[in-house]
Amino acid sequence: MTEITTIAPAPVATAATPASAPAPKVENNSIFRHALYVVSENPVTGLSFGLFLLIALCALFGPYIVPFDPLASDTAAALSPPSWKHWFGTDQLGRDIFSRVIVATRLDFIIAITSVALVFALGGFAGIAAGFFLGWTDRIVGRISDTIMAFPLFVLAMGIVAALGNTVTNIVIATAIINFPLYVRVARAEANVRREAGFVQAARLSGNSDFRILFGHILPNIMPIMMVQISLTMGYAILNAAGLSFIGLGVRAPTPEWGIMVAEGAANIISGEWWIALFPGLALMIAVFTFNLLGDGLRDLVDPQRRT
Amino acid sequence: MLKAPTPEVDTGEALPLLDVRDLTVEFATRRGVVQAVKKINITLAKGETLGIVGESGSGKSVTSYAVMRILDRAGSIAEGSVLFSGLDLRSASEGDMRNLRGREMSMIFQSPRLALNPIRKVGHQIEDVLLEHAQVGNEDVANKAIEVLEQVRIARPKERYHAYPFELSGGMCQRVVIALALACRPQLLIADEPTTGLDVTTQKAVMDLVVELTRERGMSTILITHDLGLAAAYCDKVVVMEKGHVVETSPSETIFKAPAHAYTRKLMRATPRPGITLRDLLPEDEAARARPVAHNPVQADEAPLLVVENLVKEYPRKGVTTSLKKMFGTTPVPESEAFRAVDGISFQIARVESVGLFGESGCGKSTTSMMVMRLIDKTSGTITFGGGDIGAIPARNFATLPQRKKIQMVFQDPTDSLNPRFTAARAIADPLLRLSDISRGELRSKCEELATQVGLPLQFLDRFPHQLSGGQKARVGIARAIALRPDLIILDEPTAALDVSVQAVVLNLLQDLKDSLGMSYLFVSHDLNVVRLLCDRVIVMNTGRIVEQGPTQQVMDAPQAAYTRDLLAAIPHPPV
Repeated sequence: MTEITTIAPAPVATAATPASAPAPKVENNSIFRHALYVVSENPVTGLSFGLFLLIALCALFGPYIVPFDPLASDTAAALSPPSWKHWFGTDQLGRDIFSRVIVATRLDFIIAITSVALVFALGGFAGIAAGFFLGWTDRIVGRISDTIMAFPLFVLAMGIVAALGNTVTNIVIATAIINFPLYVRVARAEANVRREAGFVQAARLSGNSDFRILFGHILPNIMPIMMVQISLTMGYAILNAAGLSFIGLGVRAPTPEWGIMVAEGAANIISGEWWIALFPGLALMIAVFTFNLLGDGLRDLVDPQRRT
Repeated sequence: MLKAPTPEVDTGEALPLLDVRDLTVEFATRRGVVQAVKKINITLAKGETLGIVGESGSGKSVTSYAVMRILDRAGSIAEGSVLFSGLDLRSASEGDMRNLRGREMSMIFQSPRLALNPIRKVGHQIEDVLLEHAQVGNEDVANKAIEVLEQVRIARPKERYHAYPFELSGGMCQRVVIALALACRPQLLIADEPTTGLDVTTQKAVMDLVVELTRERGMSTILITHDLGLAAAYCDKVVVMEKGHVVETSPSETIFKAPAHAYTRKLMRATPRPGITLRDLLPEDEAARARPVAHNPVQADEAPLLVVENLVKEYPRKGVTTSLKKMFGTTPVPESEAFRAVDGISFQIARVESVGLFGESGCGKSTTSMMVMRLIDKTSGTITFGGGDIGAIPARNFATLPQRKKIQMVFQDPTDSLNPRFTAARAIADPLLRLSDISRGELRSKCEELATQVGLPLQFLDRFPHQLSGGQKARVGIARAIALRPDLIILDEPTAALDVSVQAVVLNLLQDLKDSLGMSYLFVSHDLNVVRLLCDRVIVMNTGRIVEQGPTQQVMDAPQAAYTRDLLAAIPHPPV
């Protein structure tokens, strides 16, 4: 009970703490302070949060800050190596690779976010319903996700995009479908553990319907774990979208997209123009790396064991 | 292979087995260094049994962890020394400690199920200890393990050798843990709340066994417990700890007859025992202020509030063989394949009456309360509440019916029963939002009114469960239960997870609320001393049946059933 009143926070947190915080704000404040603590305690987590901010800024403002038009070709400057003018060099058509890499962030980011949002809504809901109601709901949801997992997932995604057509929407759908079982399993396990918890029984006694218990009581409690899952699958979704583009499905040239750019540059590596494939590949790697690290950081952030 | 530690033994009788001097244990936390144990002194002679008593957070477990040097990473011994037959444990190497643990000193943990590896046979787990400390050769180890199981009075030890922990009862698991701890004949045994979570009769059997085995072998024992009665009944000497300090060390007889420290007296007052009233549990000054317990005589002519008749709950036994038999129809599945958790019980609860439902774990008391609560469906029988047959309404439809308001419940574990992401105010408001037509504007004031009623300071209303203490969480749970002004509240061991001093306050609160609001209680408990204080009538259950019911005084003082007599005899009595 003295946690709030007698906090002697670490130096980093003092600046963020208004001296006279009104009572309801205490919790928000302590989450903020906790975030600062997690970031400062583990520099890798700090790095991942920083990189995430960088990626988000590129996605939001990329097209407005890049030095060149990502689609404008300049055959005179084709295949020039990295220089002060073209930081990442230029490609076969003389397009500035730096500008293309930055502008591509938004498309890859959007594909990842929408597909993860879609699979969270579908898989998360199906999973908690399966874990809470058990019985037939569980069997049907469980068998659907088992069926999806029976396929090699990337091949399944290829098949879906090839069958439905070569559009960004279909990449999003395909990415969502192959991530579906991951969400179902996590949500099902978490909901199942909480189904018999005292607070769920208490909610029932308070007159909550099953639906309300599911969304009002259980879902908020498993959100932290789902957040970690979201972060991890974000990286996977980016990789998947880039992979599909790399083999010629999905996003088409000349749209700047990391997967296509790597594919375009792959042929030139042998002739010494390594920068065309390297920089989009690096961007891809950093993005996936960031989201994976972010998962660890988010786990530290939401794990009650790490909170005092 | 294993280097034996060389404790300087034989330096005379005066040398105690364990000598803890000025021990200070610190934990590094985010809020700076916290001293869990502050400069404590404990000595333990050879063959002595010492009880360490204190409420949660008093540092009693930390002390034992420091002695065993099994503090977690954040903790460290900051000051003082721990001498084990002359050997300084603080400076001993980790390798020496590993040798000592299990062979010279061992520990029994609080939860026997957690202390055993769930996927290994118990016999093999005992063999591990024996082999680790090179007590026997590989060929005899199985026989030795069976012998050890035999010593802790496990029936059919040869079969139990092959059992997995989940196949054994709680008491049986604790015996295996004791067997593990004693396998290498250590000189010191530390038992950390060895009987918490066990029934009274099992508790008695386990404690008798521990004391007998350790006396027989001339071992020294440290018993860590929150139960003064248990410590006094089984220990030679009792150490009382409060907030990291030792406040009193005395022989167990004197500590009961003439407790020297104010804290010991407070603790003793708060311990439920025969021959006292509810108000006697509170500290003297508060007891004087409390209103006398009102006695609302039960109107004999008035119709009872709850009538339960021939209530039965069966669970089908689900086994592979049963399913296979069903599938292939080789033999008809006999009726006895169903397990009767509750086997035809009948009882009544009058208005403004509090009835204790008492029994050991597995007797069906929780199943009964869940059925009355309409959280699970009955197999047969009737449940009549306020004149209507509520037993006929399926449990899944009951949640939104108006009758829901009239029966509420206070749960056993105050932490588990509060949604971790709801503030106290939101938790109290939940039933009001769902089942009453209160407006949003009135909600806050209603919550504040309820909080005041249960004695929860208003500033705690905006806190989350993890920011509240156990007693405060219990108050939130009670406020939620009384929010809709129910006629009947089922109290499912509401104080089992609380310290005695908090329990005393909560029990008194429950009595006051009953007096002022005119509710009936069905008080489910395994603690007869608590039932005695709060209930007008008591029902004793065993294996799904009622063995005895009647006025509390009568059942307690002149029990008719042999089962009730056994239970009463098993409660540890302090030597007064």
